[in-house]
Amino acid sequence: MPQIVVEGLGKQYRVAERKAGTLGALGGLFRRNYCMVDALKGVSFNIERGEVVGYIGPNGAGKSTTVKVLAGILVPDAGRCEVNGRVPWRERIEHVRRIGVVFGQRTQLWWDLPVIESFELLRDIYRVEEAAYRKTLDELVTRLNLGAILDTPVRQLSLGQRMRCDLAASLLHAPELLFLDEPTIGLDAVAKLAVRDFLRELNHAHGVTVLLTTHDMDDIEALCSRVMVIGEGRILSDGTLDGLRAQVSSERRLIVDLERENGSFEQDGVTVERREGHRVFLRFDPRKVPAAELIGRIASRHAVRDLFVENLPIEEIIRRLYERIPA
Amino acid sequence: MKAYAAILSARFRTLLQYRAAALAGLACQVFFGLVRVAIYGAFYALSSGPQPMCFAEVVTYIWLGQGLLRMIPMSVDGEVRAMIQSGSVAYELTRPLDLYGLWFTRSVAGLSAPVLLRCLPLFLFAGIFMGMQPPSSWEAALACAAATCCGLLLSAAMVTLLTITLLWTVAGDGITRLALITVWTFSGIVMPLPLFPEWLQPVLKILPFRGLMDTPFRLYLGHIPPGEALPFFLHQLAWTLALVALGRWLLSRGMRRLVVQGG
Repeated sequence: MPQIVVEGLGKQYRVAERKAGTLGALGGLFRRNYCMVDALKGVSFNIERGEVVGYIGPNGAGKSTTVKVLAGILVPDAGRCEVNGRVPWRERIEHVRRIGVVFGQRTQLWWDLPVIESFELLRDIYRVEEAAYRKTLDELVTRLNLGAILDTPVRQLSLGQRMRCDLAASLLHAPELLFLDEPTIGLDAVAKLAVRDFLRELNHAHGVTVLLTTHDMDDIEALCSRVMVIGEGRILSDGTLDGLRAQVSSERRLIVDLERENGSFEQDGVTVERREGHRVFLRFDPRKVPAAELIGRIASRHAVRDLFVENLPIEEIIRRLYERIPA
Repeated sequence: MKAYAAILSARFRTLLQYRAAALAGLACQVFFGLVRVAIYGAFYALSSGPQPMCFAEVVTYIWLGQGLLRMIPMSVDGEVRAMIQSGSVAYELTRPLDLYGLWFTRSVAGLSAPVLLRCLPLFLFAGIFMGMQPPSSWEAALACAAATCCGLLLSAAMVTLLTITLLWTVAGDGITRLALITVWTFSGIVMPLPLFPEWLQPVLKILPFRGLMDTPFRLYLGHIPPGEALPFFLHQLAWTLALVALGRWLLSRGMRRLVVQGG
């Protein structure tokens, strides 16, 4: 049985509306209008043990709402949801004992206390055995390189340091399932890499299932064997990254460095995306023109210094997919 | 239990980080203690009729009040309010703890930590320089300590109830002001309850607020003999249980409508 089963999940939020301006504000004192916003409209998916699943979608698509339902924080209005055979919000306490959660924009550490004291507090809250705690902590300190900052109060940490500590905090009780809501938000390149490396190792070494929401497509490329795309409260796509690519566009990009700046590429199946000096960006569909054939043709007609083929950047794929979402 | 004890001790350590705030708070409480003693001094000097309390008792009552000032429920729990406003409250729900128990513990910690830090130096100062009297007997001291503990639980139940209303109001400013006025008036912190008019006494007796300050203080003074303390303890505990029950009910309703917005 899959570790996470979600079927037809629905959640509405009630949002108070009032007209702009002073009159509108006064009117709101007497009569309030509410409108119902559908955050989730029948979301369904299964996740197997040990998977690393990327969950992406534009802002307000319902990503965080899904994660909060799975974490037992919110009660949905419709649908079925089971994690490890438990309904998260009904058996919240038993459920959360076995999951770890990181909300990237918030911290679960005690602001005024040194990091290590937050960890000890969590150890007591989750009732982790001392020996197991020591072992997990040692591993996390090594892998996340926390040795130097354990005694620093959380408010004095940089964002990258804080995020590494937050990740460690979510794993002290050795959860079998980890929910990450934008774990790399605001981090610099080095910190992002550190977080990604860590998550990959975590999944390999301990088989921890990870559900990750993000806006950073590099996170997805680096970590996720599977991507789910949500928009307007519905799952739009669910599968491998390659599958997603194929679904949106099979196009690839050929980048050619020429000896001279001129040179035309008026051939079937090739469009010139842009030129930067000697460099030309071409787009082609390998189903119409196989890459080898195209390269041969171009090499025979132009003085080529260098060339390489790449997939469309994932951002581009996602942008196209988002554009299809009916607004 | 260990989890709740750990949360309690974390709050203490947090407060110890702010030494300047503790000292400033202490100075402030001493200052207002002096002002109130001066005011009652003036009243007593000009009054000719017999009063329900002698002046030395009033002075002691005032200093006890200043020492335990932070133990009365004046506001929602600051930590929880910050979490609700920022959305970090989501993390509270990912802990394998009963949410009411967690917030009650936070309230107990938030109320008791500043008092424990400040009351001893303040009592020493008031005892040596300000004419604060020692407890009327050993039994009175013990009864007062027990009643203070019950008062702490009662206070924590009130704070937790106020905190839970944040699930509806988010800001909590209005309810904080209402609570502040009510508690200041009816707990004895502004005016010792025995000095209130005769006709109001039955009401004061029923209201929960005297359990916060007045009950322990009058046990300390010997106004209530330790042998007759039992009904007073029962009054405190009954109100505590009632407020806990109300809080739990309200929280279970609030959780159903909980919305944690944003990122």
